[in-house]
Amino acid sequence: MRNDAAAHPPSRFASSLGAAIKSAVLAGLVAFGLFSLMIGFYTDRGPTGGLIVTERFESLTIIVAVVAAGAFLRTLLLGDRQISFGPGLSPGWQLRLKRFGGLVAPLLLGFACLVPVIFYDNRYLLDLSILILTYVMLGWGLNIVVGLAGLLDLGYVAFYAVGAYSYALLAQNFGLSFWICLPLAGILAAFWGILLGFPVLRLRGDYLAIVTLAFGEIIRLVLLNWQDFTGGPNGISGIPRPSFFGLPFTADEDGFAATFGLEFSPTHRLVFLFYLILALALLTSWVTRRLRRLPVGRAWEALREDEIACRALGINTTNVKLSAFATGAMFGGFAGSFFATRQGFISPESFTFSESAMILAIVVLGGMGSQIGVAIAAIVMLGGFELFREFEQYRMIVFGAAMVAIMIWRPRGIVTAREPSVTLQGRPAAIVADTVQDTAA
Amino acid sequence: MEYFLQQLINGIALGSIYGLIAIGYTMVYGIIGMINFAHGDIYMVGAYIALISFLVLMSIGLTAIPVALLIVLLIAMGVTALYGWTVERLAYRPLRHSYRLAPLISAIGMSILLQNFVQVAQGARVKPLPPLIEGNYTLLSSDSFNVQLSNVQIIIVLTTIVLMTVFSWIIAKTRLGRDMRACEQDLGMASLLGVDVNRTISLTFVIGAALAAVAGVMYLLYYGVADFFIGFVAGIKAFTAAVLGGIGSLPGAMLGGLLIGLIETFWSAYFSIEYKDVAAFSILIVVLIFLPTGILGRPEVEKV
Repeated sequence: MRNDAAAHPPSRFASSLGAAIKSAVLAGLVAFGLFSLMIGFYTDRGPTGGLIVTERFESLTIIVAVVAAGAFLRTLLLGDRQISFGPGLSPGWQLRLKRFGGLVAPLLLGFACLVPVIFYDNRYLLDLSILILTYVMLGWGLNIVVGLAGLLDLGYVAFYAVGAYSYALLAQNFGLSFWICLPLAGILAAFWGILLGFPVLRLRGDYLAIVTLAFGEIIRLVLLNWQDFTGGPNGISGIPRPSFFGLPFTADEDGFAATFGLEFSPTHRLVFLFYLILALALLTSWVTRRLRRLPVGRAWEALREDEIACRALGINTTNVKLSAFATGAMFGGFAGSFFATRQGFISPESFTFSESAMILAIVVLGGMGSQIGVAIAAIVMLGGFELFREFEQYRMIVFGAAMVAIMIWRPRGIVTAREPSVTLQGRPAAIVADTVQDTAA
Repeated sequence: MEYFLQQLINGIALGSIYGLIAIGYTMVYGIIGMINFAHGDIYMVGAYIALISFLVLMSIGLTAIPVALLIVLLIAMGVTALYGWTVERLAYRPLRHSYRLAPLISAIGMSILLQNFVQVAQGARVKPLPPLIEGNYTLLSSDSFNVQLSNVQIIIVLTTIVLMTVFSWIIAKTRLGRDMRACEQDLGMASLLGVDVNRTISLTFVIGAALAAVAGVMYLLYYGVADFFIGFVAGIKAFTAAVLGGIGSLPGAMLGGLLIGLIETFWSAYFSIEYKDVAAFSILIVVLIFLPTGILGRPEVEKV
């Protein structure tokens, strides 16, 4: 589509109109080719059980027309220019965003703390916010691996599963309480992280991604097939609920409500769960922020930027990667045991690849390395999923398309936070601007 | 012995399908160094296109099965190739100069998109198809077990051999093949010497998708069902095959495909069918750790 608009300024509109029509026809043809069979016909079981085919030419026409119109408008309005928001924002905007972010984070935190007070009577919203916080925590955990250390982990859900099953099995077989199982689940998940990470972490980025995906699937398949130990596809039910330092949330005399002289209400448990996951998530965030200031955290970020340079500087890359992997896995394990105690029931169904993809999408969309970005992405994504519940079928399509679009337009995520943890005193702005530029762009 | 021979035949037929998919992975990786995560779903789309076009042909009265199947194969290859082209154009080309993991993440998004698009467009239920090619030969027979070679298996293996021959010829003798080999060695240098890099990469995706579509048609003939989820597992296994054979190497992809098919079949036959996917995934991990260049691959030098 090389139009000669520049050579003939007077006919600019006419030529861009011509180009637009041409691109509309082309896009329409491609769309027709793509969708004529897939959307133009629908296959379903007929009355005799065999497949029959019915036509849906109206939908086909509409979709082809929409694609053609989209291509027409795009060429007419933008010409050959690519829509691009650039690799990063200008230093001025970065500073403004940083101030804004500094304002948003405490506000968001304050709001989060008040959610159970404001929405005390709204069970549905409480449940939703617990779910969102679980994903925020998972996102922050994965953020250590993907955002800080730059290792793409497609099997993060495996550690979530390890945490959930550790709690469920320990609690059921040995009667251990949630508060003993929680650290144990984290340790076990971290242990698995090291076990799985040790042999594979010397692989290059994309190989590592596929291997972690394979690990995630292996763990799920083992959980699914090892019937005697994990209950197989039926999962484990009747997992003990958490107690308030030994006080169960029941209507009994020694329950939480009776001890504090309150009227029994099932909401107490929800509120407790809410604050529990909020505390766990904040713990993740706090530990991550502290670690970023330690040598190991610095090494993670250095590793993300340039692995070869790291090796040249004498950093043991395997150990550094392993520590990131294990730390991320540990928080996944914590979140897993929280999930198990909240649900009371777990099965391999909950730990499929799409769950990993979801957590990864939250990290990627939020901006790798940015905690506030991850939190916002989790809220937007899960909130969006709830809002468009009726369009359940379509939301995953939008979700996939959003991942592609973000990679094209804002490859470092919506809120990019590649500001270095330390800067030289005196000229921080210049250094920020230098470092933020994409090396590969 | 008879049982072993039967499993060998089944394994070769299954391995041919994996090999055809693996070629798409290995070509794309060889040229632009990315894992085309959506390739498994392209294969699934191929199976669906074949299914739908077959039903449409039946409904307009073309009931001669061999003719119909040939047309179905051509339609599936053509339409799926268009899918491959579109995916590359929309999701990968804008990211060619981005950081290394960006195309992979975009490909994961594309994979989710394709899977759910097919689910929405054609429904989530499994699509069964009556067996189209029947008949088989009994090769060996003992009192308890007959070794059988079905016509479908013969067709799968023959088609694979023919396609591999044609494909090797394209790579070795034609202008396009030369361009592809040049791009594989050095993308920048190839473009300086007048190779149209964008076109070559597009055609790589087109060929890979067309071969995946053939694999999809073969799967449909072999198993007689299609659902929107077949692409995920088959994709990982075919990627394993590509890595096992040595990523970037075309004979390697075919060899790897056969090996994975055989390993999976023998594992199911002699150990446990539940853990056959675990076996395939474990091979991927073991190969990447101990033999990262694969059987026929060249060692890769990391450049600064």
